[in-house]
Amino acid sequence: MYYRRTLTEAQINQQLLGTVLTTPLWWVIILSCLAIVLAGAVSAVGFMVNQGLGVTGLRQPVFWGFFITNFVFWVGISHAGVMISAILRLSQAEWRRPMVRAAETMTVFSLMASLVMPLIHAGRPWRIFYWVFPYDWARGIWPDVRSPLVWDPIAITTYLISSMLFVYTALIPDMAIIRDRSTGWRKSVYGALSLGWHGNPRQWKLQGIAGILLSALILPVFVSVHSIVSWDFGVSLVPSWHVTVFAPYFVIGAVHSGVSAVVTLMVVMRKLYKLENFIWEEHIDALARLLIVVATAWMFLFWLDLIFALWLKEEQELTVWQLRMFEPPWSWLFLIFFMSSYVIPVPLWMFRRVRRSFTMMLWTSLLVNVGMFLERFIIIVPALMRKGPMTFDFATYRPSPIEITIIGGTIALVASFLLVFSKFFPLIPLWEEKEGQLLIDSVRVGNVDVPALVKEH
Amino acid sequence: MANTQLLGLFQDPQNVADAMGELKGDGFPVEDLDIYSGCPFPEGSFGEHDPEHRLFIFPLVGALIGFAIGLLWTAGTQISYPLVTGGKPLLSIPPMTVIMYENTMLGAIIFTVLGVLFESRLPKRDLGLYDERITEGYIGILVDCPEERASAAEGLMKTAGAEEIKKA
Repeated sequence: MYYRRTLTEAQINQQLLGTVLTTPLWWVIILSCLAIVLAGAVSAVGFMVNQGLGVTGLRQPVFWGFFITNFVFWVGISHAGVMISAILRLSQAEWRRPMVRAAETMTVFSLMASLVMPLIHAGRPWRIFYWVFPYDWARGIWPDVRSPLVWDPIAITTYLISSMLFVYTALIPDMAIIRDRSTGWRKSVYGALSLGWHGNPRQWKLQGIAGILLSALILPVFVSVHSIVSWDFGVSLVPSWHVTVFAPYFVIGAVHSGVSAVVTLMVVMRKLYKLENFIWEEHIDALARLLIVVATAWMFLFWLDLIFALWLKEEQELTVWQLRMFEPPWSWLFLIFFMSSYVIPVPLWMFRRVRRSFTMMLWTSLLVNVGMFLERFIIIVPALMRKGPMTFDFATYRPSPIEITIIGGTIALVASFLLVFSKFFPLIPLWEEKEGQLLIDSVRVGNVDVPALVKEH
Repeated sequence: MANTQLLGLFQDPQNVADAMGELKGDGFPVEDLDIYSGCPFPEGSFGEHDPEHRLFIFPLVGALIGFAIGLLWTAGTQISYPLVTGGKPLLSIPPMTVIMYENTMLGAIIFTVLGVLFESRLPKRDLGLYDERITEGYIGILVDCPEERASAAEGLMKTAGAEEIKKA
């Protein structure tokens, strides 16, 4: 039940454009700290490119480690953003308004972070272009489209371009608002970006249709992208990867980690940007309910994956599971992953008090993402270790400080992109908030005023 | 005689609806009246002209173009440099569909956005007669009429509650 705070259009402009029109000190401080972490990561990448992949923990036979784990992790985070936005737009859910923009933006920046990882992982990033893009016209040598290494960049680039267009289309009316509130070069820049938006009925009608049409088009892309990422694993012959359940398992796992990341972002945004009038307990409550369903569906698919392995009784497959679940350090990581991504947060989310506590939701959503990072790590590394019967050249993997620095850098990258974005564009769509305010009503039932159901069209 | 433009600024949506009713009643064609607002109002709130569009053609055209590019990319490149790997067919349909699907969807999405801009008559270099207060809660009625009808339009909007009327 949503008890809206009534705000005028001028108040919405003032409260949501605060960071855009002025630069708070905290913004400068946080961005500077992130820039230091980012500089460390860039140096680590430079060092690695100069010295070679020997500075990482990657050794025969484990050639996928933290970089690929992080790639899958960020693709996963990117998923819920546009998914939440698209589903809520399609269903015209009233509570979508404050979260769609931030969620969509997070999708864009997480995808950028994920795209960087295979480049770094390649060791010689420039060579990756030969594998992926059909540009070598002179020699007539083209990428092998039968390889999942080609599917991945195509799927992710499609999703990235689509998400950017999705964000931009919905930003046009807001950029017109900033154009009208600014002077000098800012006015010219926002004037150009808003393309001469007036806000006439024709433009609003098309804006509404665009939201729905693009949502409908982007949802199948969202499902395909993580399915394709899962096929990087599924089409290989590595024991425990070559399973049919991987596509839905990866997609729903991505939604689990992504929705949790949206919760983290909403709580942090609310605190930093003072958005108490826009992000309420009801919003994170709704997200937490969604998380219970998503997490349970993900857990079902996880068990399905395990049960398939037990049912088949293939020795190599069972050995990988044995390694994951019962042999340290993997068993410890498995326990942490299992507890933090399901056992601890989901029962907590059953309580209304937890769902409506910003602090609890912040920590539980962060916990889920620690668990989901470990999940990807546990899927990848033990399977590649080849620690099976009659195999004598098995090896383990330990991430090097270089890899850890680079992983930290991707977190700083996404956070700093979000901060910079918030400096130039509002993280909550102003026009959607105004539309929501316009349609406020309540119905008197007995002694209470009940908020009326709001629907746009 | 050349046309002139007037922009009436209102704060109350009811006044806008009244003014639109008066203007239409006085013979101003609805196609010559436009509404500017800072947020979307339900369709028909002001008795405005219902805009027609052909947006739905755009994603279809985009999808076809994307599919064609995908086909060229997957089939064309493999045929132009035939290299059999692992005894697999040169044109292997399952992996080809992955790329063709992504290109089809990308084409549809890019063309949808282009369609939205085209049908919204964007981009526009010049804002024309406009007021910045429109994005702060005011609603504007833009009247495009012959010079001699301008005073009638101005009078009708003032009577309906326009706070200010700007002329081009």
